[in-house]
Amino acid sequence: MPQNEHIELHRKRHGRRLDYEEKTRKKAAREPKKRAATARKLRGLKAKIYNKRRFSEKVQLRKKIKAFEEKSTETTLDRPEDGALPAYLLDRQDKQTGKAIAAQVKQKQKDKAAKYNVPLPKVRMQSENEVFRPLKSGKRGKSWKRMVTKVTYVPDDFTRKPPKFERFIRPTGLRFKKAHVTHPELRTTFCLPIIGVKRNPSSTMYTSLGVITKGTIIEVNISDLGMVTAGGKIVWGKYAQVTNNPENDGCINAILLLSK
Amino acid sequence: MSVTSSPDQDTPPPDKKSKMDTQLVTVQFETETGDRPFPPLSVPVDITPDKLQLLLHTLLKADNADEEDLDRPFAFFLQDREIQDDLAECMQWMLINQERTVPVIFKPQSIFKVRPVTRCTSSMPGHTQPVVVALFSPDGRYLASGSGDNTVRFWDISTETPRFEGKAHRQYVLALAWSPDGSRLASGDKLGHVVIWDPETGQQIGRTLSGHKQFITGLAWQPLHLTKDGECRLLASSSKDGDVRIWDTITSKFVLALTSHTQSVTCLRWGGTDLIYSASQDRTIKVWRAQDGVLCRTLQGHGHWVNVLALNTDYVMRTGAFEPAQAQIVNNISSFSGPEKKDIALKRYQEVLSRVKGGDELMVSGSDDFTMFLWNPSKEKQSLARMTGHQQLVNDVKFSPDCRIVASASFDKAVRLWDGTTGKYLAVLRGHVQAVYQLAWSADSRLLVSGSADSTIKLWTAQVKGGYDKTKFLTVDLPGHGDEIYAVDWSPDGQRVVSGGKDTLLRIWRK
Repeated sequence: MPQNEHIELHRKRHGRRLDYEEKTRKKAAREPKKRAATARKLRGLKAKIYNKRRFSEKVQLRKKIKAFEEKSTETTLDRPEDGALPAYLLDRQDKQTGKAIAAQVKQKQKDKAAKYNVPLPKVRMQSENEVFRPLKSGKRGKSWKRMVTKVTYVPDDFTRKPPKFERFIRPTGLRFKKAHVTHPELRTTFCLPIIGVKRNPSSTMYTSLGVITKGTIIEVNISDLGMVTAGGKIVWGKYAQVTNNPENDGCINAILLLSK
Repeated sequence: MSVTSSPDQDTPPPDKKSKMDTQLVTVQFETETGDRPFPPLSVPVDITPDKLQLLLHTLLKADNADEEDLDRPFAFFLQDREIQDDLAECMQWMLINQERTVPVIFKPQSIFKVRPVTRCTSSMPGHTQPVVVALFSPDGRYLASGSGDNTVRFWDISTETPRFEGKAHRQYVLALAWSPDGSRLASGDKLGHVVIWDPETGQQIGRTLSGHKQFITGLAWQPLHLTKDGECRLLASSSKDGDVRIWDTITSKFVLALTSHTQSVTCLRWGGTDLIYSASQDRTIKVWRAQDGVLCRTLQGHGHWVNVLALNTDYVMRTGAFEPAQAQIVNNISSFSGPEKKDIALKRYQEVLSRVKGGDELMVSGSDDFTMFLWNPSKEKQSLARMTGHQQLVNDVKFSPDCRIVASASFDKAVRLWDGTTGKYLAVLRGHVQAVYQLAWSADSRLLVSGSADSTIKLWTAQVKGGYDKTKFLTVDLPGHGDEIYAVDWSPDGQRVVSGGKDTLLRIWRK
């Protein structure tokens, strides 16, 4: 085992081999043939396992392609082709298309939070080593318990599991109930109660654990702001993206995501 | 006054005569501007408006007035209440003492009457996207419409069929403006380009005027009486980017930029005193000198976006040399030369202003703060009156062609009428069930059409025998459109109303 990042360092200093690009390209090109050869060669249980894995991979691939296609069609639809408005209504478009916007908001809430146009589109991924610290428990050498080293949101109704089954510990010192949320148009900041963690971009597991890191999308209670939907109903939950590193700062700063 | 008293004595019905013949009242005729051209004279207290009119015609005849004035109908007012049944009833209402001399204001009405439109004569397909603007030329000979399908279409009015299709824009056509001599049409689009068209051929003239960075919100030609030799040359355009630009349409060149607004300019007017008025979303109205682009004054008062401006001379400047009283069923091409047209336009402009108290060009601005202000923008920074009453933003304001009434359309579904010189509230016209977008007056100032988001056009009488308090204003309801109506216009010759909207059809309504 290398004790340091020798290889990365070397690459940084001297670059890759000159034929690296070509080799990777050729390797990638040879890959299907190689795969086919293995698939032909394998027999019995190994073949079964291999085929199953290959099948699930292909499903994922297809899903991905479909998602991309949908994304691209959406952008073409957004182009303002029809529904011309007179000049006196152009600046009031949001009011005019109230119905459409209400539908859009509903759709977006259904969708994954990742589809929002967020203020921080690129977020550094948090590795598990960084977020979790292994805890030693019991006499056996294997440490299976993890302590979360980042800020978490834990709902009020949470009850701890018995220690034997509690794999993750969220320390009370790093639990947060409120966030400083900035309204981008009003340019004011409110301290609002958190309702939940909608999505932590690093991992779905973090989302379910309620880990709040930079770039995480949280749902906040904005009933104090008095926002109203186009239909006249009061909005009380809205998403916000965390903009700071809460574990370093001791507070959560976030920007409210206004659906456009 | 023996001449005048003779018709009065034999007219009252016999039963009334027995009671009233002794009661006389001294009447002093006054013009709108406060002049007293005739000496006071005593008349029976129960004199009717018809008799007052006869009396006035006789006086005018003795005074050697114009031929036209002798045929002209007049409306008579005690202060601001119209005399409807007889003088006595009105005096009672206004609590005026019979002992004193009673000032009776006489207001000349238009000599012609526009007949209300009642039916849709054609719905013209052609546009493939919503019709955003539709406008008759100053003499009512041409009709042009701009739409979301990036075209400007010219329509043949007599056969009600498409004539030309102008394709020069690359985005929605948002604004149209006819030059006051009717020989050019300017159109502005969502990209900020302005194109000049020849209505005879449907071709573009010159180059596309580009310079604005965002969509065009308004276009205004230099009024005909200010032009050099009656040649319509200068065009002002306003844009969402906050600029007002003046163009020379003949050389297709940019002349001046008026930049001081910090937000979108929403409405633009070129006044008859060579001032340019621009309303903006930055809550101000700015007054510019058109010659050198100097900012003369900034009118402040509104608490939110200013949406619309209206000048009391708008109609006369729009129609230029065309006199609606001389309109014919079949429009002839006017044979006047440029300077002649200019003289006629100047004469008409001065005539309209002579009827306004003070003789100034007044302006009304409507805003998102639900109020309107009456200004005298060529003279003062302060507003003359604040007109409150609407419960939603004011989207359109129009002065009647005779400058006496202001009509305002609001998103609160109502149209309101206001006095054109004092800004006093007169009446509210209710009937629409959704926001009212646009208004158009008939050339005789008696009728008004409004187009609304509820897909109907409604026709209202604005001058009602019987006062503003108790009459029903709605005369005709004109349904037919499939969706919101964005544009309404009444041709200056009074024959047609055009409407266009979201259902992409252009409809023509006639009597």
